[in-house]
Amino acid sequence: MIEISNLTKTYGEQKAVDNISFKVEKGEILGFLGPNGAGKTTTMKIITCYMPPNAGDVTVGGFSVLDDSIEVRKMIGYLPEINPLYSDMNVVDFLKYIADLRGLSEDLQIRRIREMIDVCCLDEVLHKNINELSKGYRQRVGLAQAMIHDPEILILDEPTIGLDPNQVIDIRNLIKQLGREKTVVLSTHILSEVQATCDRAVIINNGRIVADSSLADLQRDLEGKTSINLEITGAENGVEERLSKIAGVDEVREVFLENSGGRSFRITSSPGSDPREEIFRCAVEAGWVIMGMSREIRSLEDVFHQLTRESINPPPS
Amino acid sequence: MQNVWPIFKRELRAYFDSPIAYVVITVFLLFTGWFFTTNFFVAGQADMRVVFGIIPFTFLFFTPAITMRLISEERKTGMMELLVTMPIHDSAIIIGKYLAALALLVAMIIPTLVYVITVASLGDMDVGPVLGGYLGLILMGAAYLAIGTFGSSLTDSQVVAFIVSWVIVFAFFLLDKTLFLLPGWMVSYVEYLAIEYHFQNIARGVIDTRDIIYYLSLIALALFLAARVLAGRRRR
Repeated sequence: MIEISNLTKTYGEQKAVDNISFKVEKGEILGFLGPNGAGKTTTMKIITCYMPPNAGDVTVGGFSVLDDSIEVRKMIGYLPEINPLYSDMNVVDFLKYIADLRGLSEDLQIRRIREMIDVCCLDEVLHKNINELSKGYRQRVGLAQAMIHDPEILILDEPTIGLDPNQVIDIRNLIKQLGREKTVVLSTHILSEVQATCDRAVIINNGRIVADSSLADLQRDLEGKTSINLEITGAENGVEERLSKIAGVDEVREVFLENSGGRSFRITSSPGSDPREEIFRCAVEAGWVIMGMSREIRSLEDVFHQLTRESINPPPS
Repeated sequence: MQNVWPIFKRELRAYFDSPIAYVVITVFLLFTGWFFTTNFFVAGQADMRVVFGIIPFTFLFFTPAITMRLISEERKTGMMELLVTMPIHDSAIIIGKYLAALALLVAMIIPTLVYVITVASLGDMDVGPVLGGYLGLILMGAAYLAIGTFGSSLTDSQVVAFIVSWVIVFAFFLLDKTLFLLPGWMVSYVEYLAIEYHFQNIARGVIDTRDIIYYLSLIALALFLAARVLAGRRRR
């Protein structure tokens, strides 16, 4: 549906986006992930035809943003990061204005505005001026605006930014629901958002793609990195040897901790297996006493930090 | 081009939902009304010369004030990002907004017809110059507004937009006032470029296509440039 090939965009000296390529399939919800200033917004502005790339191209449904930008723009609904709204208009008038600009017929406008009011739960604020609305409602108006013409593709730039936790959940559910029929690209720097809503994640840092995989794959990779911390007493030699024989154990390494009565081991397990039961049995057989055993799953956060470490500044607390 | 209409409607509403339209119209009428009443009864001639003499001067300040927010405000609030990512031609955005400004200008001029009625009731008025004068006013105002629209497209600050537009408009206004400083061969060229020269022609009641073409091409050029500025972002 969207094909980005060798896209480069520079602002003066600085490369905001550096030769990136990826595809978004029809019906996919793609999470576009990266720290602030990684190039997410720039890429989205190019996809939506707000500005041209310096090199490379983007095609949307087969149309190039450079040569057929009008066709591209027809297919896309866009919620910019700043979510611009006319603050002196009320919600209905604003949606009507956007529907007018999108060239919807009068009948269709009425129907679509009604649908948007339902989908985005706007019925309480219909005739309020936009400048009286809370951030959460403004964001919903922004979403309604983006979807008013029933576009095949939704580009949402940080759709949940500045919302309270309940509103975040509402908007995420809404996006998930939309993603059943539409192709959605959403950018965020919040990892749980990707975990909660997306099928696939593209992680970008300093204008380059550092990871591009389905969320299932990403999850599996993470599980592959599962490790078990084991602390035992009463063990003689050969602990590593015995543990290594257990199915699902890849590597056993002794770690030396202070203030520990026994011996500690770090066991790496192979993907998709959980050998803790076997470890327990083995310990019983050998006469060891297990003082502690815990499993550590590397979170998406860890992967993200690792992939984007060079540029991340400590978050302001 | 069917997109011009919603933009026009929205823009006109923005003028009349806010104090802008009312302030502009009121101040304009106070200004011209004062000149009309203080001079007309002294001059004792049944024509609109006083009014047509002062309005071009007031346009210098009123037209940039009308147009300054047109594009720059949209750029500042980020609304422009939404507008240009919709399937609308850049020229439709410019023309829609420009026409709204023009509608406000016409709404501002219409009440001055009261002076015409006053003049006509007091003496034997020659209709030709009055009709020509109004046509000229609208054409000249339209040209100023087009320049103002261009000025507004350049920046996201309304103040800068006002000043830039005013400088350009004032330059066109000054051209035919500097003729005596110029060498003879340049006079006719510079005179043709001057905005008020053509107004004076039309206001005499003689409608010459050259004057009309001058205004229309100035409007087209300014709007074209404004659309180019908007589209400039889209070029590599």
